[in-house]
Amino acid sequence: MKSLGSIRRSFEPWNDPSQKPYIAFENITKKFGDFVAVKDLTLHIFQREFFALLGGSGCGKSTLLRMLAGFENPTHGEILLDGESMAGVPPYRRPVNMMFQSYALFPHMSVEKNIAFGLKQDGMAKSEIDDRVNNMLKLVKLDQFGNRKPHQLSGGQRQRVALARSIAKRPKVLLLDEPLGALDKKLREETQFELMDLQQELGLTFVVVTHDQEEAMTMADRIAVMDLGCIVQIGTPVEIYEAPNSEFVASFIGDINLFRGEVTSANGGVVNIETPDGMVIRSESHTALQAGQKASFAIRPEKLRVSRTRPDGGVNAASGEVWDIGYLGDMTVFHVKLKNGDVVKASLLNAARTVEDPISYDEEIWVSFDADSGVVLSS
Amino acid sequence: MKIISAFTRRLVIIIPYAWLLIFFLVPFGIVLKISLSQPMMAMPPYAPTIDMADGISGLIAAFKQFSFSNYVWLTEDALYINAYISSITIAFISTVLTLLIGFPLAYGMARAPVSLRPTLLMLVILPFWTSFLIRVYAWIGILKPEGLLNQFLMALGLIDEPLIILNTNTAVYIGIVYSYLPFMVLPIYSALEKMDYTLIEAAQDLGCPPITAFWKITFPLAIPGVVAGCLLVFIPAVGEFVIPDLLGGSRTLMIGKTLWSEFFNNRDWPVSSAVAVLLLLILVVPIMIFQQAQAKAQESGQ
Repeated sequence: MKSLGSIRRSFEPWNDPSQKPYIAFENITKKFGDFVAVKDLTLHIFQREFFALLGGSGCGKSTLLRMLAGFENPTHGEILLDGESMAGVPPYRRPVNMMFQSYALFPHMSVEKNIAFGLKQDGMAKSEIDDRVNNMLKLVKLDQFGNRKPHQLSGGQRQRVALARSIAKRPKVLLLDEPLGALDKKLREETQFELMDLQQELGLTFVVVTHDQEEAMTMADRIAVMDLGCIVQIGTPVEIYEAPNSEFVASFIGDINLFRGEVTSANGGVVNIETPDGMVIRSESHTALQAGQKASFAIRPEKLRVSRTRPDGGVNAASGEVWDIGYLGDMTVFHVKLKNGDVVKASLLNAARTVEDPISYDEEIWVSFDADSGVVLSS
Repeated sequence: MKIISAFTRRLVIIIPYAWLLIFFLVPFGIVLKISLSQPMMAMPPYAPTIDMADGISGLIAAFKQFSFSNYVWLTEDALYINAYISSITIAFISTVLTLLIGFPLAYGMARAPVSLRPTLLMLVILPFWTSFLIRVYAWIGILKPEGLLNQFLMALGLIDEPLIILNTNTAVYIGIVYSYLPFMVLPIYSALEKMDYTLIEAAQDLGCPPITAFWKITFPLAIPGVVAGCLLVFIPAVGEFVIPDLLGGSRTLMIGKTLWSEFFNNRDWPVSSAVAVLLLLILVVPIMIFQQAQAKAQESGQ
């Protein structure tokens, strides 16, 4: 049986009706003057979930996080944490901790004092604080740096201190605001996996805000894609990538080729879409569509095949001219200009080191794809 | 070209050093020398005067006449010691008052909307556009028994007879706090304005109520500004002459006034020079603290 869904462990509390949401945003609206940052948004996040809020700048994702931390109050609606309403609870009494985008390390305190800050605030015993701080330093591999001041650390080390400080109090929920934004690419990738391991180890609920789709895809159990203060789609990374529900989501996450046209026939889960220049695409579809309706067909570049001759039996095929070739190492991206002038992207995995007679610029080639490799989006 | 550029590079260093040498070190040397001389009914009113006409031997003869008797005199007459103590006390109290008023002012400015800050900053600096002397004179008009303040309070019915403020230490405090407030506000403002507000959010997020967050985060980060402000007020306030002379009474004892009367009324240049040298030595301590604080702030990258 074909499936989309969680590829990571069998952890799907969102599909289990008996599970109670751990964090609940109920009909949240947030206005700053006339500007509506979050619009009547309802979102449920479950315990131990690694949840990502993904969107461009100004989509309301950070506002949502700040409301959960208590720095902003919703204009309408209610936030519940573990069944308790957070209305009127100031940030210093909420069982959540935040890792700030700028890290917000206290510059006049050593690494140890930074980590111990929240524990001291809770009136924990000195010996217990020392133990916890040492554990945290070990956890983030900074045992040798306890006495340093933040300005004596590298960017990656500061990020770890910020992380250690925010989990030292064992919060019910850890909020991460663009946690890896300030790191370089290589360090970012490493840290993504470290964060995932840490979340597993501590069994905490993580809510991360990011504009980086790769970061969200790698780390999160579920992703909410946001735009203009609303959630456009919620799903596992696989669902979001393979079954986007709109052109916005499809193009926000990864590369996509879009063919806009009209449905000519729809029956038994198979639709035919005809583009204005007469190309007919046959695709499987789970959404109810009717003939005559406008629709677009979206397909990822890696699901397109390229060949010099029209493939046998392939339902969907179009010919065009190789316009650009981008060699990325692990794959090669072909930009193919179709007869109607549209440019489609097709990426080919470079599974072998050498290829005999590779496709080159200006060649006439065919791009083809199966009926089940794309999605139909009603528009 | 290379020689010229090397020369200009040196010139850049020479200018401030030459400035210090000509306008600070040489005058200080002269004052120091006068402080070691004896008063005379002559012009200039002290001896010995160094006369190059007598050559090296004359110079040595002059050096032999130098003595510390003026400094000994300062320790013997309680007037001077009292004046020093009183100056330092008045300067200290004024500094504390200025800090108590200046810190909230600077904090308010640093938290004001960004678009409003240049205006607020200008309002703080605005009094400098009027002469310092005129502003102190204006306070006489406000504080005198039949002045604006008393008229206002009596019109309100708060008091029945005028408050005697002018010619008391209170008037001196008012004058010093008013005149030196910008020197307190500006460094504190600059320290607070640089501070990242997310630090306060982080502190609150970790369980600090706002007041605790202020004392644990905001205040420690403002300390370089507070130290700078306090010294910028304290150091000139110790030697302040105009404000105690115009607003203070006959019983307001400050070293600046003592120095003035020694110099002009008694025409005792050597003693007044000794007073000035001793004042400088007293102030060297806070100046050193100031420099150390500056160096420390720079080191921690703030």
